[in-house]
Amino acid sequence: MFKSSRNRIIDKSFQVIGLATTIFGLLILATFIFYIFYVGATRIDWAFMTNLPSRFYAKAGILTAWTGTIWIFVLTAFSAIPIGISTGIYLEEYAKKTRLANILEINISNLAGVPSIIYGLLGLEIFGRFLGLGRSVLAGSFTLALLILPIIIVATKESLRAVPQSLKDAAYGLGATKWQTIWTQVLPVSFSGIMTGIVLALSRVVGETAPLIVIGALAYVPFVAKTPMDDFTVLPMQIFNWISRPQHGFIVNAAAAIIILLIIVIILNGFAVFIRNRASRKNNW
Amino acid sequence: MKIQNYFIMSLFASSLIIACNSNGKKNDSDSEKLTGSIKIDGSSTVYPITEAVAEEYRNDQPEVKVTIGVSGTGGGMKKFERKEIDICDASRKIKEEEANACKDNKIEYYDFEVAYDGLAVIVNPQNDWAQNITVAELKMIWEPSAQEKITKWSQVRKGWPDAPLHLFGPGTASGTYDYFTEAIVGKSGSSRGDYTASEDDNVLVQGIEGDKYGLGFFGLAYFEENKAKLKLVAVDNGKGPVAPSVTTVKDGTYAPLSRPLFIYINKEAFKRPEVASFVKFYLENAASVVGEVGYVPLSKEEYAAQLEKLKADSNIK
Repeated sequence: MFKSSRNRIIDKSFQVIGLATTIFGLLILATFIFYIFYVGATRIDWAFMTNLPSRFYAKAGILTAWTGTIWIFVLTAFSAIPIGISTGIYLEEYAKKTRLANILEINISNLAGVPSIIYGLLGLEIFGRFLGLGRSVLAGSFTLALLILPIIIVATKESLRAVPQSLKDAAYGLGATKWQTIWTQVLPVSFSGIMTGIVLALSRVVGETAPLIVIGALAYVPFVAKTPMDDFTVLPMQIFNWISRPQHGFIVNAAAAIIILLIIVIILNGFAVFIRNRASRKNNW
Repeated sequence: MKIQNYFIMSLFASSLIIACNSNGKKNDSDSEKLTGSIKIDGSSTVYPITEAVAEEYRNDQPEVKVTIGVSGTGGGMKKFERKEIDICDASRKIKEEEANACKDNKIEYYDFEVAYDGLAVIVNPQNDWAQNITVAELKMIWEPSAQEKITKWSQVRKGWPDAPLHLFGPGTASGTYDYFTEAIVGKSGSSRGDYTASEDDNVLVQGIEGDKYGLGFFGLAYFEENKAKLKLVAVDNGKGPVAPSVTTVKDGTYAPLSRPLFIYINKEAFKRPEVASFVKFYLENAASVVGEVGYVPLSKEEYAAQLEKLKADSNIK
């Protein structure tokens, strides 16, 4: 009797602690967001979205920055997602569990923790100089794709591993080949897990600055990139540049640009979540 | 749509991207409207000036694509040596090893002064004792041997309070740090390490603003924008204390903490009409935009003299 009431107290207090920590985190986030909106919200208008960079903060806009961010997002997604998912499938389903596979696996997990600026140096040498892509959108996207590949691979592997063996056995039992099993059964079921990993990875892409500075993303680009080989800038670069300017007006601009960046992240992630939910509704096994 | 289709779609799209990785640029203009692109990189201190010039140049030649990066003077020079950029913004003169690397790669270049920048020595407004400071005192505070030894205001000058001395300054990667250490300590890149360092001057502003015993240095423009929160200290180089201002930086009396800012231009790239026209535009218009972004312009005559020198040395009109 005594023990169960004590357990109830522990249970209750853990609930309270959990709630408190959640609220604490959210409160800090809310303070930041509120402050950013307080400083920057009134600065956002159509001209701010469509103007080119300028030395006058009142005339400066973020057209090239937000279009650059979308370019980078799309190209990075298209280069990292297929490679990442394919690698994950291979490592989880096909690769023999040898020592080599083990080493590979540990390395991939470690890569997820390498500082992003290191990827920038790698990207500068390989994509920028060796492959001659210079400081183009493509060089930037490939570099960021390298950065998020480990995240996507690990997420894919984890989701594939979570698919029950009984499901695969059932498919094999009906005479399906290995590829048919993966393609028609395993992938659809693990899709929502994979998508979650992709959403996290792509959110990181939108906010990265350090590797892009290293490969030579620019602060001043007065034209919207038309091909993947054009020079580019991205929103975090623009924000970084404005924050270090002496005039207070640029700080306000930076706050406004942060709001736009937040909105872009929410829209792009919303789209990914929408795809995930639509896909996962269909498989009721 | 099935998940498999997404997968196929993205595979397809990524192969498309790789396939269209070709970019034929044509440059066939002999008329007045120039095209082509100009790649600039380098110092973030010089960046606002080059940005301002490029912005004005946009009205003149909208088809010329000028792009500017902020890799720092050292980073920009590395790219300059590799011919990856046409113009390098620099907050200091080219170093000997950088000049040698250019020679090795057969790069000849023009160099021009485009503006002056004053470094301001700053304290908290509540600091009522430090009105001026000598160069020798600054050296005593910042030289490497001061580390963990000069920690109180009273050690710097008799009569100053027996209170802790908190130092703020730019990080070692910035050209401002290089310049300050060269001018004050005597050797570029040599200083004590126990100070609060930031590459972002606004962080230094906030630091000194909140610390009664703080002392720091950064670009004059950052003081001008935060006058109400900070106090300027006049610097005495033996001829009496001088406070930095447009006049004293321009006429050189605020020494040794005022410095020229440069652009370096690859001579090979200069043969392209758009680069030549941009550089000419730069020297013609720098005088009017430099002040707007917080720096001190050279005199009109000095810009004109550099332009004359350029014209004599090349075939532009």
